[in-house]
Amino acid sequence: MATETHDAGQAAAEMAHGAAESGAGMPQLDFSTYPNQVFWLVVTLVVIYLILSRVALPRIGGILSERAGTITNDLAAAEDLKVKAAEAEEAYNQALAEARAEAQRIAAEARAEIQVGLDDAIARADAEIAAKAAESEKAIAEIRAGALESIEIVAKDTAAEIVSALGFKSDEAAVTGAVTERMKG
Amino acid sequence: MATEAQGAEHAAESGGLVFHPMDQFIVKPLFGGDTLAWYTPTNAALWMGLSIVAIIVLLVMGSSRRAVVPSRMQSVAELAYGFVHKMVVDICGKEGVKYFPYVMTLFMFIVSANFLGLLPLSFSTTSHFAVTVVLALLVFLSVTVLGFVKNGAAFLGLFWVSSAPLALRPILAIIELISYFVRPVSHSIRLAGNLMAGHAVIKVFAGFAALTVVSPVSVLAITAMYGLEVLVAFIQAYVFTILTCVYLKDALHPSH
Repeated sequence: MATETHDAGQAAAEMAHGAAESGAGMPQLDFSTYPNQVFWLVVTLVVIYLILSRVALPRIGGILSERAGTITNDLAAAEDLKVKAAEAEEAYNQALAEARAEAQRIAAEARAEIQVGLDDAIARADAEIAAKAAESEKAIAEIRAGALESIEIVAKDTAAEIVSALGFKSDEAAVTGAVTERMKG
Repeated sequence: MATEAQGAEHAAESGGLVFHPMDQFIVKPLFGGDTLAWYTPTNAALWMGLSIVAIIVLLVMGSSRRAVVPSRMQSVAELAYGFVHKMVVDICGKEGVKYFPYVMTLFMFIVSANFLGLLPLSFSTTSHFAVTVVLALLVFLSVTVLGFVKNGAAFLGLFWVSSAPLALRPILAIIELISYFVRPVSHSIRLAGNLMAGHAVIKVFAGFAALTVVSPVSVLAITAMYGLEVLVAFIQAYVFTILTCVYLKDALHPSH
């Protein structure tokens, strides 16, 4: 019992001691430290404010906007390059199409030229052939005419001979007239 | 009696369960001595200074190379910048960007002080009402002044809910007025209270670790609490900052 009361008394004494030391048990409520804390707090805040507003924040803000600028620029450059690539592709396609058209044109021209030459040659050949044919025809006609004449002569001569062989005096004019008559058919 | 009491005290301490969860918050002069003048360098001043150092290392040295492709440190710095900047723009609009350095100062100070406070043997400056009340009052006063400068008497429209029925408006105005003046109180106590409670609970669990039987549980509990406190350290900084932005928005656009 005695020890218990002693303990209680000791605890009370300790509490009282603590209260005396730290101001009603809570150092936060020890108003004698307030001016000191407020002073150092104000100093701290002013220092932090100056550091932040003069150095840190402008610098970090600059870094961030610079990065944003870099990203925007890079994106713009990428867009540019893309457009250029598309342009190059278009130009390539156009060149290809042009080349193809040119090739077709050249081929058509060549074909036309060849056709013209061919037509010319054919025409010339036809003309030659026609000329030759005409010549041949003429020759044939001449030969035929020559043959007819010869036949007439031969026929007259033969007729005259036959007449004379039969013992008649051949009348040349009559024989010729008769042969001609006959030859007319 | 005196020796007896001392012996008892010694016995109590060696017996294990001695809790001084609030001792970690005591403001002490750094270089000994008992007097605490307003200019005395204290542990509070030291840890505030370390938060400045942390901010310089992260935001100034981290971004010193100005790399377009950032290093890890620079990524974190940019993340912090983007986080607060987006918050300000989303809530306050384009006009809010002017006050971005101010909001960023609050956020960076609170978040770095919170995380530094999680280091063993450190001192959590943001667990003190003296600190958070000043932070909250700075926001409250600057927002109020800004509201009147920007909008003149129209700033009082904040308290006159024009969308409510006319009969209700005076009552609502009183409620709005009260809630407006309660803002700095909740704003500051939320931050300090969260920090203080978490650190004190860790200390209490640490006190239990002296008992061999419960020490594994105690260590596990400290680990879990520490994880929670890491979360709280960030979330409270975030909450403080986002509320600052909301109050700033009220000052810039007081109409509901």
